[in-house]
Amino acid sequence: MTFQQILDRYDLLEVEARIAAKQPADVEAALAADHPGLDDFMALLSPAAAAYLEPMAQRAHRLTVQRFGKTILMYAPLYLSNECTNGCRYCGFNARNEVPRRTLTLDEAEAEARVLHERGFRHLLLVTGEAPKAADTDYLAAVVARIRPLFSSLSIEVYPMEEAGYRQVIAAGIDGLTLYQETYDRALYAEMHPFGKKRDFAFRLSAPEHAARAGMRRIGIGALLGLGKFRVEAFCTGLHALHLARHYWRTHLTVSFPRMRPADGGFQPLNPVSDRDFVQLICALRLLLPDAGLVLSTRESAQLRDNLLPLGITQMSAGSCTSPGGYAEKDESGRQFIIDDDRTPAEVEAMLRSRGYDPVWKDWDNAFHGR
Amino acid sequence: MDSLMIAGRSFRSRLMVGTGKFSSNAAMVAAMEGSGCEIVTVALRRVDVDNPHDSILAHIDREKYLLLPNTSGARDAEEAVRLARLARAAGCEPWVKLEVTPDPFYLLPDPIETLKAAEILVKDGFVVLPYINADPVLAKRLQEAGTATVMPLGAPIGTNKGVRTRDSIAIIIEQAIVPVVVDAGLGAPSHAAEAMEMGADAVLVNTALAVARDPGAMGAAFRKGVEAGREGYLAGLGRQQERAEASSPLTGFLHN
Repeated sequence: MTFQQILDRYDLLEVEARIAAKQPADVEAALAADHPGLDDFMALLSPAAAAYLEPMAQRAHRLTVQRFGKTILMYAPLYLSNECTNGCRYCGFNARNEVPRRTLTLDEAEAEARVLHERGFRHLLLVTGEAPKAADTDYLAAVVARIRPLFSSLSIEVYPMEEAGYRQVIAAGIDGLTLYQETYDRALYAEMHPFGKKRDFAFRLSAPEHAARAGMRRIGIGALLGLGKFRVEAFCTGLHALHLARHYWRTHLTVSFPRMRPADGGFQPLNPVSDRDFVQLICALRLLLPDAGLVLSTRESAQLRDNLLPLGITQMSAGSCTSPGGYAEKDESGRQFIIDDDRTPAEVEAMLRSRGYDPVWKDWDNAFHGR
Repeated sequence: MDSLMIAGRSFRSRLMVGTGKFSSNAAMVAAMEGSGCEIVTVALRRVDVDNPHDSILAHIDREKYLLLPNTSGARDAEEAVRLARLARAAGCEPWVKLEVTPDPFYLLPDPIETLKAAEILVKDGFVVLPYINADPVLAKRLQEAGTATVMPLGAPIGTNKGVRTRDSIAIIIEQAIVPVVVDAGLGAPSHAAEAMEMGADAVLVNTALAVARDPGAMGAAFRKGVEAGREGYLAGLGRQQERAEASSPLTGFLHN
């Protein structure tokens, strides 16, 4: 059974209606459940649950501390390329946007990596657009071979691949995958992705399963908040996570909740997600998925990130730059989006310590890969 | 003196402590000190064993504590063996807490891969302390393979549920030819006391200390729980029974 077959069973309009129909009693039952199920999850995502944010947050906090302790894994994105053949309407890398395009050479990639290593990072997320001629799996493997000795864990956020592609990058030393579906709503997906390989909804949807079969250790999923209705998108994300956990039980899952940021191209969110909604979504996901890593990037403001910290977050980026070459050259033209929390890693580390959290820089080892 | 012997080495403390999940290194050190432990386990994935200034390793006084590296995160025998060898090559003593936990959700140990890894590591000269589910037959197989202890779980890691696998742990203790260390799931000093009263040789605690409001005080509380349980066990606990029993038995008249 693939996740696509699961998702096909759901009519998203009906899902939205079922969530909207949840009553306070349903929310209370969900909060009392030892292991909230899908129906409970709907209740936690419902408008009725907005009145229960505090108890939801309390429970999310308890579960997270129990499972992860008061620790936050630190990571940084390294943008290798912003060349892209896709037309995602919301993205600064959209092929039709006139921004400076570049793909880092191996030397340039290493220079960026060394800056991040110097700042303390040992977990990196390598990011590209989708332009096989500029940055294919051979290129990724070459970058990994170059920078692997400096880092404990290297993940990719690139383009969906077949199982063979994932096998190749895993063999090169990649241990994690981040791949957002953007939206689980097929019609909206088609509208948002007018051209390019990314138009293929089903291929993207199945890619986390390809990666899991290839032996990827960590898989991160998520929906881009601001596109579809957040309650429905969050429900589908939870469904997706449960499916992956059940079928690929050796894979550790992470969930992100990227909220749309201003980007070159000026796209406005179709369904803006308020801070209150955002908190509800994070807590609901934690209650459904007690063991999943929950990732919070610098898309959010410093103040909000500090306050979201105890609600279930387990991983954070810091000092991020979203343009290729931006760390070493301090040139931010050609960025994907504008970050909000612009504190340095050291400042974020100090904030974490002041709030009683231990920043974890290393939580993996090259020895796992036989290196 | 009642000491714990593992692989020919003697320990006064029967409480081992894990180093994960603490909110700071200071909290970790406070828990270690409060607990009076002599064995501290550290996940190799969390530390840079080649770097003496590693933030965790730098906080563990190697004169005072035996550093027991663990292979947390290993998905199969091959990875666990590789991690153990890496630690030894970096100068750690050849002791390893063997954890093969391919399931990242409940972190339950894989019995098949654990046994495979134990066989390889024992032959390779390691003192192997394997983390296992409370499976008496697996415990026997590991002891035959030459492990220094067996470490059955009381409940899944981090759950604080206590000795939920009591009946199986009782069998493991009854049959053991090496020390039995109850590892994982102990959430309160009374849980540690319970395991020790059953005849466990030691316990290992991590989450209960790491998430306590005062990790140092919780370490001290667990120390007392372990000591009380051990002393109760040694003193000979009365058996539990369903009915009250007169302290003068029915045949008392024969002695009059």
